[in-house]
Amino acid sequence: MHRREFLGALAGTAALGAFGAQAASATGKAKVVVVGGGYGGATAARYLREWSGHGIEVTLVEPNASLVSCPLSNLVLAGSKRIGDITLSYEALAKRHGVSVVRDHVSAIDPARRVVRLAGGGTLPYDRLVLSPGVDVLSGEIPGLAQPGGEEILHAWKAGPQTVDLRRQLEAMPDGGTFAITIPLAPYRCPPGPYERACLVADYFSRAKPRGKVLILDANPDVTSKGALFKQVWATRYQGMIEYRPQYNTIDVDPTTRTLKFEVQDDERADVLNVLPPQRAGAIAVASGLATANGRWCEVDFLTFESIAVPNIHVLGDAIQIAPLMPKSGHMANQHGKVAAAAIVSLLAGQAPNPEPLYNNTCYSFTSAREAIHIASVHRYDAAQKTMVTVPGAGGLSAAPNALEGTYAQAWADAIWTDMLG
Amino acid sequence: MIQTPLLAALAALVLLALPGGAQAQASDAAALQARNWAAACAGCHGPAGRAPAGAAVPGLAGRDKSELVRQMQDFRQGKREATVMQQIAKGYSDQQIEAIAGWFAAVR
Repeated sequence: MHRREFLGALAGTAALGAFGAQAASATGKAKVVVVGGGYGGATAARYLREWSGHGIEVTLVEPNASLVSCPLSNLVLAGSKRIGDITLSYEALAKRHGVSVVRDHVSAIDPARRVVRLAGGGTLPYDRLVLSPGVDVLSGEIPGLAQPGGEEILHAWKAGPQTVDLRRQLEAMPDGGTFAITIPLAPYRCPPGPYERACLVADYFSRAKPRGKVLILDANPDVTSKGALFKQVWATRYQGMIEYRPQYNTIDVDPTTRTLKFEVQDDERADVLNVLPPQRAGAIAVASGLATANGRWCEVDFLTFESIAVPNIHVLGDAIQIAPLMPKSGHMANQHGKVAAAAIVSLLAGQAPNPEPLYNNTCYSFTSAREAIHIASVHRYDAAQKTMVTVPGAGGLSAAPNALEGTYAQAWADAIWTDMLG
Repeated sequence: MIQTPLLAALAALVLLALPGGAQAQASDAAALQARNWAAACAGCHGPAGRAPAGAAVPGLAGRDKSELVRQMQDFRQGKREATVMQQIAKGYSDQQIEAIAGWFAAVR
């Protein structure tokens, strides 16, 4: 920290001491509603309780009974993990941290009255709202998905039942068949995820269906993350099994013949289709007028994650319009959750938020069931540009896939799951 | 957080000029800053630096501050090999490393 900034912090930022968040709600305690219990929302809920000394009432609204982790979910496709290994309970968040977990959908937000309406019929008042809705997969942009048989063409880009079903399709595929994965133009959730998936399906094929093929059809001009490392693995470990084609923009699919159609190139047929449609912020964010960037992503103030469009609503995770070089990753959503929680605790106490957010991203991708690679970066707030920027000279990539980082990737998951859910 | 003599002197001057309540608030702000920065390490090292049992990534909670600072400086200066930490450490200043190490050292 520079001297001047330090003095600025001394002068400008008062603090909380023994905390008691007293806001304008009738019951005395401030109320925060968190919508969405993924990497961003669960983290925010936990830290709002912890950092307010349990002085804030936190309600987490999440439709699913448990959290199925997207990170590590490609290992289920490889057959080296079961869905139960990546399915996490909200119990500790409720029992240990005192978060009220409500299993429901949010049907509408009324920002003027500061009320959330639940699909189940109830309403929840809030002083501050945290919206961590993840992404919506825009299946409507691939019209054939709505045709008969289209329901068998999966994205599995939200870990859960589709992950299990895609694994079944891979198991049922005859040896010598082709698995085709299509990738939309960036930005989309988890930039390296599709390439990791290609590796792990190939890893499964190399053990169970050695004549199987993996075809990657990428709308982007090149691999969007860890490109040199992935290409090295495809050219060596998976030589002859994985084929990568850039600038293949998928625009439609014929479910009856399992044929993919592209903006430019000729059709491609495959035995198992894994179509990742374009994505945008979760529907509730779009419907609430928060998706100010292209109608797709939510712009936020990076000091607080408060929406630039609607006051008292903080948007986290994959739903935001990212800062430069900030990936849509689970690790980053976890960081968002903590920055937002700290800021909300301060704001509800009438104090200024931390003026200098500083955090990192570490993202592992498995290249086989045992080996992994990473990309890392450090991000700091730039007051002049009012955004997060990467710290020059910091961050980097693995030199090559290795088993030690496979072990670290599992350790990362165990640590961050504990950080999110207690 | 206040580690170099110059910063300490500056901070002391400012604190002297402030009324008692503001002094407490200023030191609390520094503590909150350290807490927030340290929280960014939890994704790999566990909440409050408490790594899950048997984890391959070491915990940081309650470790000796000077040892944590020395390890971060070794990572940053390339004296210690690592997979990730030599890259992460380069993103943190001396003052930030001091503040974060001090926060983890105080975790009981």
